[in-house]
Amino acid sequence: MSDAIRPLIVGAGPAGIRAAQTLVNAGIRPVVIDEAPSSGGQIYRQRLVPDERSAKDLYGSEAAKAIALHGTFARICDRIDYLPETLVWNLRDKAVDVVTGQRTRRIAFSHLILATGATDRVLPFPGWTLPGVFTLGGSQIALKSQGCAIGEKVVFLGSGPLLYLVAWQYMKAGADVAAVLDTAPFSAKFHLLRGLFAQPSVVLRGFRFAAELMARGVAVHFGVQPVRIDGTTRVEGISWRERGKEHRLACDAVGYGFSLRSETQLADLAGCRNIFDARDRAWRPERDSAGRTSVSGVYIAGDGAGIAGADAAELAGERAGLALLDDAGLPVDHARIGVLERKLASIQKFRNVLESAFPFPESWVTSIADDVTLCRCEEIAVGDARAAVRDQGVSELNRLKALTRVGMGRCQGRMCASAAVEVLASACGRSPDAVGRLRAQPPIKPIPLAVAAEGEAA
Amino acid sequence: MSRTLHKDVAIIGGGLVGSSAALALRRMGFSVVLLDKGFCGAQASGVNYGGVRRQGRPPEQIALSQRAHAIWPRLMDLIGVDGEFVRSGHLKLARTEAEMASLEAYAARVADLGLDLELIGGIQLREHFPWIAGDVTGASLCAGDGHANPRLVSAAFAHAARHAGVDVLEHTPVSHVEKALDGFHLSAGSSTEIKARFVINSAGAWAGPFAEAFGEPVPLHAIYPSMIVTEPLNVFMNVNIGAEGGGIYARQVERGNCIVGGMRGEPLAEPDFSRPTGSGAVTIMNRAAALFPALRHAYAIRFWSGTEGEMADRNPVIGFSRTTPNLIHAFGFSGAGFQIAPGVGEVLAELVRDGESRTPIQAFAIDRFARTTQGSRADSEPEPQKRETAQ
Ligand SMILES: Cc1cc2nc3c(=O)[nH]c(=O)nc-3n(C[C@H](O)[C@H](O)[C@H](O)COP(=O)(O)OP(=O)(O)OC[C@H]3O[C@@H](n4cnc5c(N)ncnc54)[C@H](O)[C@@H]3O)c2cc1C
Ligand SMILES: Cc1cc2nc3c(=O)[nH]c(=O)nc-3n(C[C@H](O)[C@H](O)[C@H](O)COP(=O)(O)OP(=O)(O)OC[C@H]3O[C@@H](n4cnc5c(N)ncnc54)[C@H](O)[C@@H]3O)c2cc1C
Repeated sequence: MSDAIRPLIVGAGPAGIRAAQTLVNAGIRPVVIDEAPSSGGQIYRQRLVPDERSAKDLYGSEAAKAIALHGTFARICDRIDYLPETLVWNLRDKAVDVVTGQRTRRIAFSHLILATGATDRVLPFPGWTLPGVFTLGGSQIALKSQGCAIGEKVVFLGSGPLLYLVAWQYMKAGADVAAVLDTAPFSAKFHLLRGLFAQPSVVLRGFRFAAELMARGVAVHFGVQPVRIDGTTRVEGISWRERGKEHRLACDAVGYGFSLRSETQLADLAGCRNIFDARDRAWRPERDSAGRTSVSGVYIAGDGAGIAGADAAELAGERAGLALLDDAGLPVDHARIGVLERKLASIQKFRNVLESAFPFPESWVTSIADDVTLCRCEEIAVGDARAAVRDQGVSELNRLKALTRVGMGRCQGRMCASAAVEVLASACGRSPDAVGRLRAQPPIKPIPLAVAAEGEAA
Repeated sequence: MSRTLHKDVAIIGGGLVGSSAALALRRMGFSVVLLDKGFCGAQASGVNYGGVRRQGRPPEQIALSQRAHAIWPRLMDLIGVDGEFVRSGHLKLARTEAEMASLEAYAARVADLGLDLELIGGIQLREHFPWIAGDVTGASLCAGDGHANPRLVSAAFAHAARHAGVDVLEHTPVSHVEKALDGFHLSAGSSTEIKARFVINSAGAWAGPFAEAFGEPVPLHAIYPSMIVTEPLNVFMNVNIGAEGGGIYARQVERGNCIVGGMRGEPLAEPDFSRPTGSGAVTIMNRAAALFPALRHAYAIRFWSGTEGEMADRNPVIGFSRTTPNLIHAFGFSGAGFQIAPGVGEVLAELVRDGESRTPIQAFAIDRFARTTQGSRADSEPEPQKRETAQ
């Protein structure tokens, strides 16, 4: 074991765990940091308090993978330095600043693997800030980690595989799912047939979710255009347009999202070069097939490197770990690298199919009214952004932020930037990639003013 | 396609200095081109702390500062927005007897300059400002000072200049300036040539090379003051806070966020951008939590830093070049140019129109360094008292 190699892994999801395991197998002791209280990441999230639910109840068809991953983590746990409930809030000069509770400290690293995952992409529409509206991921977290539903009568809305998955998980858990509103037309789903060959199990699982939902009487609507979430102090119902007609349904909670967006701020702070990923409609760090970024010694894996799902995250985590070992001059199994890269390439192809089946709702941006809140932290409306384009000639995202405060609040644009890009691009007649990206600034997430600073570790 | 513009005045740098000069000149009837390598008001002028303060400035800056002081409440008329300017007062805290003595000495020195400073003892301070904790010995209040939103003010000056007929060319860096028989020739962007009778060098932290090109090297270096912002909180801080000897300054905006500064950041690889250091940010946060009990349980949501040009003696360079007729310098505001910039803009316009300004600016002459190195320190004795920067 080399003392000079002191890798740091951010994220203990599928990508981070597989990366850690790869390093541990080579006799290296990485630091693994995650702000969550336990390992597993988003998909294999663990319960906060043990209850009677089995792995099968929690993870459904993915239970075996969850058990395997959690098992791996348990086995390597004493050969890594694991820091749960610890947020990486800054990164500079081969060291991170991390906060645990009220203590902050700086941890130096020789190599860095970013496995920071993704969060839901949300698009505002009337009523989206009412209490009772959750993201799809948030709805799932409530169920998985706390064992509770977001409402008594729930509508799920949006686009992306998570839409059917979460609706199905709610139904299985005994919740009343009032409807699934898919913004993509039914015809888009034919694209999935192309994917049957590449990833049959994934496609069939998706079909099963939809089929079981319908069999249980859950109405599934396609080609939906959300009109508004009704309610004064909280959600009372949802209205949408479908083939020219407006429909309304009473409900007390809405879970919605439009696929995912990568968490890329740490890569940005590390100075990694970014490229626009047309498929994700977002900027992400540039990387090679092994996960090497443009900055030497910095690797990226999993959904934080572009959306590809949990299986790809495991493979990419291992691949990045091997790249790190290789770059450090340690022996690696080249046959295994070949296998990983082939599997990853095939999943990447399949992602194109999924994107066609769950397309981004391009019409959203023109349908959205001026008075809808765009940035909820700073309470900035869509019309404020459009006015900045009209009156001040804004055509770049950081400038929009400077002049309107969009993305300047608590979330630092993590929630609103995807929508702000679309509004800005459409208002100034540019493509989303041409209006730029928000420059990341520390802290990645809010930290307490009264944190106590400790000396440098490692 | 290349183009050639003919203007009375070409201004290099669209910060608050350059754009307020552009507006003032245009209103006098001059034809003006305002050039910025990025967006106007996106550097120091747009990202500073927002302190609009006269208190604490060296006496030689006060006349200029007073001139600017008269402009701030008229922003709505001048540029169409109020820039969130509030005359909250500026309260400068002393944490030791020595610091209090220093505040008293300053108040005596500027007594005739119209700042109306009010010295406040410890007991009175706790009575009037109960939200300030700790061992504060006393303070000096300048009731007419305040704060404003730099993001809005600086962009609005450039916008107003454009509206008034100034040719505002953004993303058009000036790469070359020379003096020919028929005036100045400038090359900017990929294809813009400019011929102008006057040039104003207001390129902020980047102004040094332009001065040097005309044989006037200056001791100018970049500094990166760091800011932190809290989440929105109930409004409790009704005055702009500074501290004798530096270390912390703070204000609270109407929306409830507190903005606190006091440390220096570092440049990034792309040197136009800078970032607070982690430890620097934590230091500011801790100081704020200690001084203001209302912030003890608050969260910081955002940090930032900006690039500012600082002179060796912390006074700016303002005035005509000593080597080249019709070249005017205005840079090096050393962390305190936001408040005075609108006044500087008027002064620069007067220099173009009249060849002199009604506001005294001799202390800011560019050749003061040359004279210093020759041993005659002339008119700019560095201030004995420690001066704060960036607020
Ligand atoms: C809420 C949610 C639910 C999802 N559910 C499913 C699902 O059920 N099925 C499915 O197939 N896919 C699901 N996905 C997609 C999911 O992102 C991937 O399938 C998979 O989890 C990606 O693995 P990963 O290792 O790349 O990232 P993740 O599993 O997201 O893990 C990233 C980890 O990094 C940590 N982290 C990030 N930033 C920091 C920081 N600055 N400091 C400290 N820690 C940090 C996070 O706490 C997290 O634990 C979900 C996504 C989301 C957002
Ligand atoms: C973080 C921070 C906090 C501060 N706080 C305060 C405060 O509270 N109160 C206060 O009074 N002052 C404060 N200051 C100082 C104040 O912001 C500056 O003194 C003032 O804004 C200087 O204005 P300027 O126009 O000279 O410079 P800038 O605003 O920097 O403008 C210079 C412009 O020149 C442009 N430029 C550079 N090179 C070229 C080129 N080759 N071609 C074309 N354009 C070029 C730049 O892009 C830039 O826009 C602070 C500064 C910083 C950085």
